[in-house]
Amino acid sequence: MKLGGRLRALWAYRGFVLGMVARDFRGRYLGSALGVVWAVLNPVAQILIYTLVFSQVMRARLPNVHDPLAYSLYLCAGLLTWNYFVEVLLRGQAVFLEQANMLKKVSFPRVTLPSYVFLSATVNFLIIWGLFLALLLLTGHWPGWVLVALVPVLVIQQMLAVGLGLVLGVTNVFFRDVAQAVGVGLQFWFWLTPIVYPLSTVPEAARDLIRWNPVYPLITSYQRIIVEHQWPVWSDLWPVVLVAVAVAVLSDTAFRYLADAMVDEL
Amino acid sequence: MTGAIAVSHLGKSYRRYARPWHRLGEWASGGRLVWHEGFWALRDVTFRVVSGESVGIVGLNGAGKSTLLKILTGTTQPTEGEIQIGGRVAALLELGTGFHGDFSGRQNVMIAGQLMGLPVRELAALMPEIEAFAEIGGYIDQPIRTYSTGMAVRLAFSVATASRPDVLILDETLSVGDLYFQHKCVRRIKEFQEAGTTILFVSHDPTAVKTLCQRALLLDGGRLIQDGPPDQVLDYYNALIAKREASWAILQSEAVGGRTTTRSGTFEARITEIDLLDANGRPARAFTVGEHGRIKARVQFTSPVVAPTAGILIRDRVGNDVFGTNSFYVAPIVDTYEAGDEMTVEFDVALNLGAGTYTLTVAVHSDATHLANNYDWWDKVIGFQIVPGPEPLFIGSAWLPVRLRVERHDKMVASGHRQVGERS
Repeated sequence: MKLGGRLRALWAYRGFVLGMVARDFRGRYLGSALGVVWAVLNPVAQILIYTLVFSQVMRARLPNVHDPLAYSLYLCAGLLTWNYFVEVLLRGQAVFLEQANMLKKVSFPRVTLPSYVFLSATVNFLIIWGLFLALLLLTGHWPGWVLVALVPVLVIQQMLAVGLGLVLGVTNVFFRDVAQAVGVGLQFWFWLTPIVYPLSTVPEAARDLIRWNPVYPLITSYQRIIVEHQWPVWSDLWPVVLVAVAVAVLSDTAFRYLADAMVDEL
Repeated sequence: MTGAIAVSHLGKSYRRYARPWHRLGEWASGGRLVWHEGFWALRDVTFRVVSGESVGIVGLNGAGKSTLLKILTGTTQPTEGEIQIGGRVAALLELGTGFHGDFSGRQNVMIAGQLMGLPVRELAALMPEIEAFAEIGGYIDQPIRTYSTGMAVRLAFSVATASRPDVLILDETLSVGDLYFQHKCVRRIKEFQEAGTTILFVSHDPTAVKTLCQRALLLDGGRLIQDGPPDQVLDYYNALIAKREASWAILQSEAVGGRTTTRSGTFEARITEIDLLDANGRPARAFTVGEHGRIKARVQFTSPVVAPTAGILIRDRVGNDVFGTNSFYVAPIVDTYEAGDEMTVEFDVALNLGAGTYTLTVAVHSDATHLANNYDWWDKVIGFQIVPGPEPLFIGSAWLPVRLRVERHDKMVASGHRQVGERS
């Protein structure tokens, strides 16, 4: 099916997609006593640990910043968005296997499955991000108008994550090794992205490597907006846009050619 | 046309890879390398169903029924051939697909209904009827995991059949729930039938097919081998099952070495291999009446032999000759063979025999009979069975295709008294 046809099918099944998102949401928060608190506790624990280890134990400091909270904010800006990126990627990679039974038994637009997990991950991210912004406001770190710049950066990130998630999701059906490889790959990717450390603290040789990382300009933009209250460097973002577009085209092709074969493989 | 189905030369081949990375190799080569083995789950299936017709699909496991249904419902794409279906198709392949135990019956109905392509507004309107049909009362607002199996199935059936489709595909789902609910399901399906829904019904249950369907299709080995009234097709299906079972049992006992054969001859030519195959070339030891069998023998020569003769003989249970012939009469072998040469002979025989057990004898000799030079005579080498097929019942060891014509001759009536249909 062509892209246009798929979008039309997606619109026709919007009720199903939203229903699945709602189900996901309820499943995640309503089943447990503390509900949404768990969704927040997880990143909070991550941030506490990194703050403790890096800023207290290892005495890492952001250059030219003397605010005691600055490192935590820096960490939040990169980590929360990175977590969002990873969640989209991993859920996209797993969704076809998770819903194998549905795919085998019912004829419905397959594009609804990745759509619902991406939407669900987004809802999750917006909750956490909303709380984070509230925290900024309360602690007097509100960045002001530059926050608007988050929108295009998040859009680019989402395009990259959705594209990659879709490619991995489709190929994972044929080669289960993909899921394993992604787990390993993400570890490296995380530490090759300046999320818990500033780029200035790594040696020059490593910096050159990190500059090839397509996520690096995105994360840097969030950090600039949140910590320095500066607009992103737009010229750094263009290469990422190109990569994201290329990945999106690849995912569309993969989906078009392999979606049918995928069902036979499940 | 709404509800009509046209399937022509439909085929589905699944790819089998010996190693996962073989597929990767194929992808990398852009299709120039072929490292997979095609497996045809369905091949050259052609049939038409008119709107409102009810058709049963029967066949042994692995016959291709599920594959056909998957193609008809659109979950999988055919490898070759075409398929046309008019109108909305609903499939009850597996009840409760899309159900999630943590959510209430109502929430699950909404998801499952939308998965079938029903708009939210229509579903909301249908909800009271769905609830009523499922008869689960207040449980509709409880999580599904608290339901009994029967309740979940009732709800699933209720959603799946909430709005009348143009084509309904059923897969043995009728055999779930208690008797009362089964009857209710059958009633609903019959209502659909009467309202003009086309029904495709896959089942192992002959009675269900006979009660619901006007026509049946029999699939075997991925091919459509019978298409006709349910009675006729199901009889054939039963014979097929009986044949498979008998064949399997005999092959099993052969494997453990339970036969007594005698062998004699001068062995200038020696039979090294004998096999009895069905029309598809598979080893078989049971055939339906009139089915084609293939007797295959491999002969190795230890001395030079001019114009050998290969023969077969079929005997009945008590040892009477039923049929025997040899290459001298059928198609003479005129070649000269040297020591070390080999020859394969294949007899294709229509097994027009009555039901019962038979033995096969294979021999190689010179001239018309084995009396001159008997090289190798292998007595009762294979036992096989003939089971009744769809033909009318008969007795005896030969099947003679028979036709009957009956003319009725009423006793003479005086013409003058006959009432003539005239009106004044």
